[in-house]
Amino acid sequence: MLRKGTQRIKEYLIERCILVNGLTSIFLLGLIFLFLLREGLWAFQFTSLWDFIAGLSWYPVSDPPLFGILPLILGSLLVTCGALSISIPLGISAAVFIAEVAPAGVRDWLKAAVELLAAIPSIVIGFIGLTVLAPSIQRAFSLPTGLTALTGSITLAFMAMPTIVSIAEDALTAVPAAYREASYALGATRWQTIYRVTVPSATSGIVAALMLGIGRAIGETMAVMMVTGNAAVIPRGFLEPVRTLTATIAAEMGETVHRSPHYHALFAIGIVLFVITFLINIGAASIIQRQPGSRRR
Amino acid sequence: MSEIAKRREFCHPIGASGEVLNEICEAGSSGFRLSPRVTEKIAFFLLSLASLTILLPILVVVGVVVVKGLPALTWEFLTQAPRMGMKEGGIFPALVGTIYLVMGTIVIALPLGVMTAIYLTEYSWQGRLNRWIRLAIFNLGGVPSVVYGLFGLGLFVIFLRMGASLLAGSLTLAIMILPLIVTASEEALTAVPQSFREASLALGATRWQTTWRIVLPNALPGILTGAILGISRAAGETAPILFTVAAFYLPRLPRSIFDQAMALPYHLYVISTQIPGISLDKKAGTALVLLGLVLTMNLAAIMIRYRFRRRKRW
Repeated sequence: MLRKGTQRIKEYLIERCILVNGLTSIFLLGLIFLFLLREGLWAFQFTSLWDFIAGLSWYPVSDPPLFGILPLILGSLLVTCGALSISIPLGISAAVFIAEVAPAGVRDWLKAAVELLAAIPSIVIGFIGLTVLAPSIQRAFSLPTGLTALTGSITLAFMAMPTIVSIAEDALTAVPAAYREASYALGATRWQTIYRVTVPSATSGIVAALMLGIGRAIGETMAVMMVTGNAAVIPRGFLEPVRTLTATIAAEMGETVHRSPHYHALFAIGIVLFVITFLINIGAASIIQRQPGSRRR
Repeated sequence: MSEIAKRREFCHPIGASGEVLNEICEAGSSGFRLSPRVTEKIAFFLLSLASLTILLPILVVVGVVVVKGLPALTWEFLTQAPRMGMKEGGIFPALVGTIYLVMGTIVIALPLGVMTAIYLTEYSWQGRLNRWIRLAIFNLGGVPSVVYGLFGLGLFVIFLRMGASLLAGSLTLAIMILPLIVTASEEALTAVPQSFREASLALGATRWQTTWRIVLPNALPGILTGAILGISRAAGETAPILFTVAAFYLPRLPRSIFDQAMALPYHLYVISTQIPGISLDKKAGTALVLLGLVLTMNLAAIMIRYRFRRRKRW
C-alpha cells in the first residue's frame, strides 16, 4: 500500500517536472525578446524611432553619433533578394525532382546532400566566398573589390537552398497519393500531373518554404559579413559593397563599451531582426498547417 | 490548341506507339508544339540539373578546403598553440575549446530537449498548450544566430555576471540547438508504435515507467541522431559565441567553466579576416579541421538513421 502511495507521488512529481520542462521553450522565447527589449530600448534615449528606422547614416562612433539603420535594412534586403532570385527557382526545382521524379536511390543521396549542405558551417562558406568567389567576381566584372552584394547573394543562395528544398519537398510528399492517381487515371503524364496537380496542391507548403528561406537569408551572419565588404552606405547596386543588419551587430559589438549608446543601438537592431524573423516564422507555421495532407497539429 | 491536337494528346497513351515523328512534335494547324512525352523529358532533365546545384557548392567547398588545407595538416598543427601573432604554430587551444564548448552544450540541451519532446508526445498529445509549445520551438529555430549571441551577452554574460566564459557560451549554444534536439527526439518518440505503450500500460506500468523503460529505449537511435546533429551545429556556429565565450588569442587551455576559450570557428574568422598576412594553408587547414569534424558527425548521424530505419523490427 505504502509503495503504491510513494509511486503515485513520484509519478505526480515527474509529471509536473516534465510539464515545466515543456514550458521552457515558450519561456526562453519570451526571455530572448525581453532581454533584447531591456538592452535595446535604451537606444531610443539617444535617437527617435523614426531617425533609427529611416535615418540615412550609420555613424555610431562619431560625435554626435548617428544611428540610422536604413542603409543596413536596404543592404539586408538587397542581398536577400539577390539570393532568393537564385535559390527559389533552383530550390523548388530540386524539391520537385527529389519528391516526384528521382528514383528511390538517387533520392536518398540527394536528401543526404541537402543535409550536408545545411551542415557546412557558415564561417567555412564565408571563407570559400572570400578566397574563391570574391576574386573571380572581381575579375569577371573588373571591380576594385570582389566583396559586393552580388558575392553575398550567391553565397547566401546556397545557404538558403537546404531550407527551401527540404520544406518544399516535405510539402510535395505530403500531397495525398490519390490526387496523383486520379490525374494519371485521366491520362495525364507524370510531368502534367506534377505541374497541374501536385505542385498546385502543395502551394501553401511551398510558400512556407520560401518564407523560411527568406528568414534564413536575413538572419545569416558570418558568411555575409565576410563577403559583402561591410560598407554601411545606401546600396546603389549589386556590384557595390553593402552591409547587412546581422553583420553590423557581429562586427561592431566587440568594440562597444557596455551600456554606451552604440551598445544599445546594436541591441535595437537585434529587436528589428527578431521581430522580422518572428513574423516570418509565425506566418510560415500558420501556412503549413493549412497544407492538405499535413499532419494537423 | 486545335480540337484535333487536343484529342490526339489524349489518344496517345504514354509510350504506346512507335511513331517517333509524331512523338517529337506535332506541327498541327495551331503551330509548333511538343508532345507531352517530350515536354516531360525536357522538364525532368532541367529539374535534375537544378538538383545538381545542391552538389556543386558541397564539391567546391570540400574540394578547395581539402586541396588547400591538407598540406598544413600536420601533427604539430593539431597539437601546438598558435605562435608569432598566429602566423606560426597550430590550432590546439581552439580545437580543445570547441570540444569543451560542445560538451557543455549537449549536457545542457539534451536532457532539456528530450524532456520537452516527452512532454509533447507522451504527456500531452494535443490541446492549446501543446500547440503553443510547438509554435515556440518552431520560432526558436528561426531566430538568427547573431540574435542568440546578443541574448547570451545580455542574459548570461552581463545580467547573470558569468562574464565571457565556457558556461555562458555553452548555455547560449544549448538554447540555439534546443529546437533541433526537440524535433529529432519527437520524431523518434512518435515512431515507437502505440501498441508498445498499450502493452506496457496493460501490464500495470505507470505512464512514466512506460516512457522510461519502453518508449525511450526504442527511440534511442533517433535521439542519438538528433544529439549528434546538435553537436555538429554547435561546433560550427560562430555568431552566438562571438560575445559570449570566444577569445581572440589565448594560447593556454581554459582552466574552468568560467574561463574564456578559443574556438575553431571563431579562430578561422580571426585568421581569415582580422589578421593580415596569414598563409592560405594555415587558414584552409583550420577550415579543413572544422569541416572534417562537422561533416563526419553529420555523415555518422545520417548513417545511424538510415540503418535504424532499415532494421526496424515493427
